[in-house]
Amino acid sequence: MTDPEVTRSEVVAVACAEAWRGDGEIVASPFGTIPAIGARLARLTFAPDLVLTDGEAALMANTPSVSADRSDIVLEAWLPYRRVFDVVWSGRRHVMMMATQVDRYGNQNISCIGDWARPKTQLIGVRGAPGNTINHTTSYWVPAHSPRSFVERVDMVGGVGYDRAEEAGPAAVRFHEIRVVISNLGVFDFATPDHAMRVRSVHPGVGVDEVTAATGFALVVPDDVPTTRLPEADELELIREVLDPMRLRDKELPG
Amino acid sequence: MTSDKRTALDDMVAELRPGMTVGFGGWGSRRKPMAAVRAIVRAGIGDLTVVSYGGPDVGILCAAGLVRKVVYGFVTLDSIALDPHFRAARQSGSIGAMEVDEGMFYLGLLAASQRVPFLPTRAGLGSDVLRVNPELRTVTSPYADGEELVAMPALDLDAAFVHLNRADTHGNGQVLGPDPFFDELFLGAATRRFVTAEKVVAPGALLEEGPIQTVTVSRLFTDAVAEAPRGAHFTSCPPDYDRDEGFQKRYAGSGADPAAWTAFSERFLAVDEAGYQDAVRELAAEVAS
Repeated sequence: MTDPEVTRSEVVAVACAEAWRGDGEIVASPFGTIPAIGARLARLTFAPDLVLTDGEAALMANTPSVSADRSDIVLEAWLPYRRVFDVVWSGRRHVMMMATQVDRYGNQNISCIGDWARPKTQLIGVRGAPGNTINHTTSYWVPAHSPRSFVERVDMVGGVGYDRAEEAGPAAVRFHEIRVVISNLGVFDFATPDHAMRVRSVHPGVGVDEVTAATGFALVVPDDVPTTRLPEADELELIREVLDPMRLRDKELPG
Repeated sequence: MTSDKRTALDDMVAELRPGMTVGFGGWGSRRKPMAAVRAIVRAGIGDLTVVSYGGPDVGILCAAGLVRKVVYGFVTLDSIALDPHFRAARQSGSIGAMEVDEGMFYLGLLAASQRVPFLPTRAGLGSDVLRVNPELRTVTSPYADGEELVAMPALDLDAAFVHLNRADTHGNGQVLGPDPFFDELFLGAATRRFVTAEKVVAPGALLEEGPIQTVTVSRLFTDAVAEAPRGAHFTSCPPDYDRDEGFQKRYAGSGADPAAWTAFSERFLAVDEAGYQDAVRELAAEVAS
């Protein structure tokens, strides 16, 4: 790292923020602590029109820290779960979900490991991933990049990737976009002819070989792989002083 | 003359029969009709198809061996990501499952409420939800677009239970917390519709506690109502009470081994609802001392 004081978690928070750049007035729905910091950072800097939820049943007018008490949150509109679907199905949302498994074409699994009929490990279930991915932009956050999380084929397709959307036809492709996958090692996208996952950048201090070795399928690796950008001074100050003074980011991504 | 729908909780549950499809309101570990779940466990009515935005309602009924099948988009305890008993039941293969997208689930309840066989949606297209539920079908738009969409079938329920903050004796129900969830649709989708509430008040008195738009459940959709103070415990029921995180941890710990479940169920489920609430208070006193 050029700035020894900048942590990996801070680099990732900025990479998450970048996912929402240019999205305009839509709901940014982050899952996980660092994506939550990222969404708030984006709103406080280059994406001021983003709409954020309070994690319950409302939208937030202010942009408090991720550890804020409910009393610190100023609400701007009601959004109970039933109405979340009005937003999802209207397309005015970009969610960053987590993925226990993600594959070459961006299919995602948080349902189970093993055969769905009798799983080796039951996880939470598909949740809203099928509907999210087919209706609006979706990104993923994978805190532990390994051949177990970046797999050739996911065991259960909840979030729909490019190959499966294509197979399902025009109604599935129409609003489908998997924008980026962000891991502890790098940022990945699908900007390839067949939408196979590509290395967009590696985080400072991470080698491309390290990324490919930690991935269970052949990534598309450009000749020149950029380094994920470092936080600007104002971004670092916002992360540290305003958005995450309790350093929850380091619990999600130690070291 | 409007009837007084007050009914004892155990009498509601006595209407259930083995093999029924039963819906439970709330979401995750939030405002779940837990008093009703406990009453079902006491009554030992099994072979149930449980339809739920799943939380500990699903886990407890699985652990008690009363479940044939779960219809869900997820099962979670919120502050604890996974329910150990649901996991164990799925991993042992002891229950069947219909896993769908959360929005598909909503449309299934809505279709049942509207007495239509299905509602179309994009949600599910391309996903393995269609692979693991081979009974699901797609439908082609009859209009010029010709789009092929998922036809989410109606989730018809034999019975539904919801737990609300307040209800009146005629069966109107009030949510004082921020989210009514999908409770109205569970009631709309069900043949027999059961409401429990923290407090049951006289008709007209609901407006003393909140504006008219908090009265989200009409008596049109209620067959019976029971007062069940702390009836959502250990899930959250704002503004009446928050989730009992300590107790939820204990519940989650009951999935560690069969002995842990036996100890939990003997202390907290082999007793009536008043006995349960006493046992919870005694536990809190033990922990505090």
